[in-house]
Amino acid sequence: MIRDITIGQYYPADSLIHKLDPRTKLLGTLMFIVSVFAFHTFWGYLVATVFLGSVILISKVPVKFIFKGLKAIFVLLLFTIVFNIILTPGEVLWRWGFIKVTKEGLVLAGRMAIRLIYLVIGSSIMTLTTTPNQLTDGLERQLRPLNKIHVPVHEIAMMMSIALRFIPILLEETDKIMKAQIARGADFENGNLIQKAKNMVPLLVPLFISAFRRANDLAMAMEARCYHGGDDRTQMKPLKYAGRDYAAYGILTGYLAIAILFRVVGI
Amino acid sequence: MGIIKAFKLGFDYFKYDEDGNVQEMQRAVDDINLDIEAGSFVAILGHNGSGKSTLAKQLNALLLPSEGTIWVDDMDTSKEQELWKIRQKAGMVFQNPDNQIIGTVVEEDVGFGPENMGVPTEDIWKRVGDSLRKTGMTAYRHHSPNKLSGGQKQRVAIAGVMAMRPQCIVLDEPTAMLDPNGRHEVLEAVSELNKKENVTVILITHYMEEVIHADKVYVMDSGKIVMQGTPREIFSQVERLKEYRLDVPQVTLLAHELHEAGVDIPEGILTTEELVSALCQ
Amino acid sequence: MSIELKNVTYTYSPETAYEIHALKNINLVIPDGQFMGIIGHTGSGKSTLIQHFNALIRPTSGTILYNGEDIWEEKYDRRKLRSEVGLVFQYPEHQLFESDVLSDVCFGPMNQGLSREEAEKEARKALAHVGFKEEYFSKSPFELSGGQKKRVAIAGVLAMNPKILILDEPTAGLDPKGRDDILDQIQLLHKMRGITIILVSHSMEDIAKYVERLVVMNHGEAVFDDTPRKVFSHYQELEKMGLAAPQITYIMHALKEKGLDVDVNAITVEEAKDSILKALKKGGKADD
Repeated sequence: MIRDITIGQYYPADSLIHKLDPRTKLLGTLMFIVSVFAFHTFWGYLVATVFLGSVILISKVPVKFIFKGLKAIFVLLLFTIVFNIILTPGEVLWRWGFIKVTKEGLVLAGRMAIRLIYLVIGSSIMTLTTTPNQLTDGLERQLRPLNKIHVPVHEIAMMMSIALRFIPILLEETDKIMKAQIARGADFENGNLIQKAKNMVPLLVPLFISAFRRANDLAMAMEARCYHGGDDRTQMKPLKYAGRDYAAYGILTGYLAIAILFRVVGI
Repeated sequence: MGIIKAFKLGFDYFKYDEDGNVQEMQRAVDDINLDIEAGSFVAILGHNGSGKSTLAKQLNALLLPSEGTIWVDDMDTSKEQELWKIRQKAGMVFQNPDNQIIGTVVEEDVGFGPENMGVPTEDIWKRVGDSLRKTGMTAYRHHSPNKLSGGQKQRVAIAGVMAMRPQCIVLDEPTAMLDPNGRHEVLEAVSELNKKENVTVILITHYMEEVIHADKVYVMDSGKIVMQGTPREIFSQVERLKEYRLDVPQVTLLAHELHEAGVDIPEGILTTEELVSALCQ
Repeated sequence: MSIELKNVTYTYSPETAYEIHALKNINLVIPDGQFMGIIGHTGSGKSTLIQHFNALIRPTSGTILYNGEDIWEEKYDRRKLRSEVGLVFQYPEHQLFESDVLSDVCFGPMNQGLSREEAEKEARKALAHVGFKEEYFSKSPFELSGGQKKRVAIAGVLAMNPKILILDEPTAGLDPKGRDDILDQIQLLHKMRGITIILVSHSMEDIAKYVERLVVMNHGEAVFDDTPRKVFSHYQELEKMGLAAPQITYIMHALKEKGLDVDVNAITVEEAKDSILKALKKGGKADD
């Protein structure tokens, strides 16, 4: 039932990509996304494809998992393609009633589709090779400069990791509450929208009360273990760049340079 | 010199109405004096609502007394500058195993306390390794806490407290949500720590079987300590315990009933062996 | 009126690497009016088993009959089944949601189609039957003590007038007095309403004191199904499954070994006391 939903799509494997510092992967993903928007010709996309292909190979994540992420954007993708094809003005190739397909439309649609797909694949590789925890750590470190403008970076990261820990617990609890109420004759499936919303009350009230109690307990437990925010705190697993990270940054910079060069030269 | 001392301790819960005026006041802890010897195993018994959890939370300054004073290793818990030192000295394990584990990986959770204390990274790893070994959880260090049994989760929580190198552990009904095997597992881990590491243990519970090996037992009722003594002294008063909504282990009860029926055996029998040798001498 | 399980098997995530056989070929008949106990360590399949009784879980294979009818037949009214086979889960916090006790207990009967008035009548009766005082009917269920919450949760199911009441660890987290009170109340219900009780418990002492039939679950199988006396005489096998017999069983065996002629099958303090007194009289120790 509900507990089958997995949060975070980490795929455990022993690969170079997995071992990279999460900051490298975060920044790398960003650089890749920039490159995808910089490229705009067939040769450019070929370079991006080769780059993406090699990263997938090195990451040892089965291709099947990577394409899973695309399912979620399928509808969005379809809309983007269709609208770009029919709404772009230019040389008309085909006409049916008021709908016309233009050459420019086809090119634009293809370009948008490639960008969207590569963007999703690129970020999927990051989430597939990085545990949610590492990701939070990476974000916290990467965003630390924001501390200066009073963004509570440590607190946000702490909240994210607590959420990650409690999501499976709350999902399981939802399952249990649903069963307890079904046993009392509750009906979560039938009825119109308003009835359905009303029927959720016996599920949501116990769930929220439990979540608040857990939050209260957890706050107490954290205080008991001397938690007092991010100041004077040390880390058990501080992030440290290794040789491979510098190498990765080198490659990424080179790759991004090519993308910019292509754009400037107009290839 | 006791590691934890309390003098005329009192605690009130207030219930406020919508305007912020005190609507109801409830005395949860009343006139409690304690002197807990370092290295001992102390049990606090009491039914639900007897005030034992409120008392527990005052032992490491999660709650501050409304009246009287409590000292942890000679530090007054109401002195704010000593707060983190006090919490490090008197670690606390709570009832619900899910609601006290912060890390998404066992070893990271155990490292949470030392991280907060500002312990250097290398030292954290050493402490985490030690604590996991002492609680027998080394094999699970890379596991997700969600995949562990209740007893294992509680052992992780205990390891998390041990990594802060406390002198005293307060366990607030650590077994109430566990099955018998989990209960056994947690108690075993706690008494190991008490014996081998010489950590003072304060166990709060309403399971009578868990306290028969304690050095001293306190019984609480309506916020007051109503009985104190060795387990034998306490358990020899079966009728009185029943008044406080508690019971005794079956063997103690059987011995008591036999005694009442005129059989010549002593009161306060705690184990099967004692009963057998008393009956078959 | 009975529940009958025929070759019931339940598998989590079948045909994957995570496949777990939670129940293996269970055959069980629960006749009317029985007070039955189910024990087993965590993960033995006992929770999965009881959720089959009221169709919360559909078996992977096998049939479940209620009064001779297959409950997974397409047209079978499973909502009606759930009001006849009431199931109270371990944590009352999972079902209490209304702002006052009486309304909360009305939830079940109103789901059965009763008007608020009729439902209230059932709710009042149910609350009385679990020993819940009328002066607290308008209190918020969240402000109650653990034992009182438990009573309200049981009343919430009882108000639907079930023929069978299944209780999953009704005493978890309660103090000794609270535990005894709830169990006594359940026993009273059993006698008063004549309903079948299925009690899931970790406490062998409680099981020994109350149930007339005991099923032991281990690794998804029902390994014992007999009277508690007979089941507990297999205490060594129970230990191998991570379970135990009541403390009394061990005392009686130890005494017997030392030569005192006691009944080793005694499982409650009462029985043990009588048996020991008798044995001592014979041996001439209790001379006064």
